[in-house]
Amino acid sequence: MGPRLPLMLKDAGLTAFVAAALGIFIVGFRTVDMGGGKGLGFDYHLVDLLVAVVVIFIGRLGLSMAANGLRWPAIVLGVAMIVAGASPMKLPSGFLHWFVALGGMLLVIRAIWPWASDAMGAAARTPSGLALGRAGSKWFGWLLLAFAVLLPFSPVADQKTMDLGVLILTYVMLGWGLNIVVGLAGLLDLGYVAFYAVGAYAYALLSTQYGLGFWTVLPLAGMMAALFGIMLGFPVLRLRGDYLAIVTLGFGEIIRLVLLNWFDLTNGPAGIGSIPGPTLFGAVFAETPPPGKQTVSEMLGIAFNGNHRLIFLYYIILGLALITNLFTQRMRRLPVGRAWEALREDETACQALGINPTNTKLTAFAIGAMFAGFAGSFFAAKQRFISPESFVFIESAIILAIVVLGGMGSQIGVVLAAVLLIGLPEWFRDLGSYRMLAFGLAMVLIMVFKPRGLISHREPSIRLHPAGSGGGG
Amino acid sequence: MAEPSILSVKGIETFYGAIQALHGVDLEVARGEIVTLIGANGAGKSTLLMTICGNPRARSGTIVLDGEDITALPTHQIVRRGVAQVPEGRRIFPRMSVFENLQMGAILADPANFKSDIDRVFAMFPRLAERRDQRGGTLSGGEQQMLAIGRALMSRPRLLLLDEPSLGLAPLIVRQIFESIGRIAREEGVTIFLVEQNAFHALRLADRAYVLANGRVRLSGSGKELLANQEVRAAYLEGGHA
Repeated sequence: MGPRLPLMLKDAGLTAFVAAALGIFIVGFRTVDMGGGKGLGFDYHLVDLLVAVVVIFIGRLGLSMAANGLRWPAIVLGVAMIVAGASPMKLPSGFLHWFVALGGMLLVIRAIWPWASDAMGAAARTPSGLALGRAGSKWFGWLLLAFAVLLPFSPVADQKTMDLGVLILTYVMLGWGLNIVVGLAGLLDLGYVAFYAVGAYAYALLSTQYGLGFWTVLPLAGMMAALFGIMLGFPVLRLRGDYLAIVTLGFGEIIRLVLLNWFDLTNGPAGIGSIPGPTLFGAVFAETPPPGKQTVSEMLGIAFNGNHRLIFLYYIILGLALITNLFTQRMRRLPVGRAWEALREDETACQALGINPTNTKLTAFAIGAMFAGFAGSFFAAKQRFISPESFVFIESAIILAIVVLGGMGSQIGVVLAAVLLIGLPEWFRDLGSYRMLAFGLAMVLIMVFKPRGLISHREPSIRLHPAGSGGGG
Repeated sequence: MAEPSILSVKGIETFYGAIQALHGVDLEVARGEIVTLIGANGAGKSTLLMTICGNPRARSGTIVLDGEDITALPTHQIVRRGVAQVPEGRRIFPRMSVFENLQMGAILADPANFKSDIDRVFAMFPRLAERRDQRGGTLSGGEQQMLAIGRALMSRPRLLLLDEPSLGLAPLIVRQIFESIGRIAREEGVTIFLVEQNAFHALRLADRAYVLANGRVRLSGSGKELLANQEVRAAYLEGGHA
């Protein structure tokens, strides 16, 4: 292993020492109520700490080995960690098993990454690889779509899966909507959730106060949100970059605070409840019909099943998301869509070509807001209860993260990022509060390995030659 | 000037904040002419060209395009009246393909002309045709300049404004670019207003020329006259024929 080994051991030892010093107060012990008036006592978790420090030592050693080209020893260490994590060895908590095994997996991935990326890079550079890549990305989208359409009929479609599917699709739709603003037009919008809130409250209020149905309100909610987009856009769109981001951030907060404090209209922090769900040709999803209504199971003559409502919601959001996608794809081919992309690249050049930058930005803002409004009224109809709590800044941040991590402007990238960022924390719910680790880890890994997003390749909106023969020169 | 002016600039004064960049500039461009504006760094050449485009706006004076006062119009409205601009530093769209860049140039034009217009641009710059699916950012400097000119031509302009097209290019490429500019004027009948630091090439090409110094027009005359003028030779042509 050469003369570097002592250095690596020293480095790993130092890392483990720092981890131990920091961890002793966080992991090592905690104060517990002894009960019976005996006051507080210490509860020691020194074994947990020891396991963590050992894992960090081995992990650090493996990482430096991998970085210095000693791939096989690193892989051996990683596999050993996975085996140790999966073994029935008695550890104080189940989380430690996960921790050890995940550490091992990361190590193995890190060790084989250079090979994998070299091999993939070399394969992608051959002409057949290029053609395959293009065909692959085309087919991948269709495969994803087929999967999404067929999912409710598959045996895994229990309530939990369908709930997760609806949640992910909502974020896919929001991601696609924001992609118009951020990905295509290049306007950094940190307050996107405000338009989502406008759509949600529009449906909640119009349905509970005026008895309007979901399908009537849906276009209205979209228009309302678009109107808010234009209202915000007019004064601020002459700002660029960071300044625009700050103003949109403020706008998002203003909307939330208005919802919180305008008690007469929005019922303040208590929120709005008993919002009716979407209907299918006028029939409602319920076990017993409300007066004057028919249930879907009566209309179709099938037995009532609570899952039907979820499946119906799933198809609604799938349809809405697909409309968002098709609309965006279509816009990219029209002059206004091309002007968005040009504006992202160079605003001065756009003016020199006779494009009105204010109007172009305003359309991007309004259309992006409109889709957030659609998604918002869907959200209200699904949850049946909304409060300002659902529209906090972190939502804007997550949607933005989906767009950025997906690769600005890439539609498939948004889907992948939404599955990762929304799906992972849900799948890892068993990890309890550690699940946010998975969220953070996914973000960090994407940024380390794919700094320009999952899908960073931009597909030209027009190609002169059939796919595969182009790119010469 | 036998032809009526297509562009007439009178008494233009432009400020950057409190600093005055142009002190009452007058100039005329007749239809079908190549007019060049030369001058040292910081003389106000680019400022004048940008002022014609409405950004920054002139504080006083008038700019008349084909009989219409355009002094107060926003940039995109001026462009819509047939003024195409090749901005300083080329400013092509780096992530878009050559073809898409040209498409952006035609964004205001009648789609029916697109095919013939793009064929004309490709005929003028065959290099662009070879690279039409390549991303703009991966082109060489000279190719990017061709693309910027081609993009401007796609809008079928009456008046083409060029800001330092020779900037940062190799001498051989500079000669090619100037040849193309000459052809655009003679074969396509586009009026050209050219701002240049490369006085030698610009004066050889131009029908008429203006010399700008410290925000004022210092000299004017035909390209040949100025090329022979002692003052011009001393100030702008010493140091070789780049």
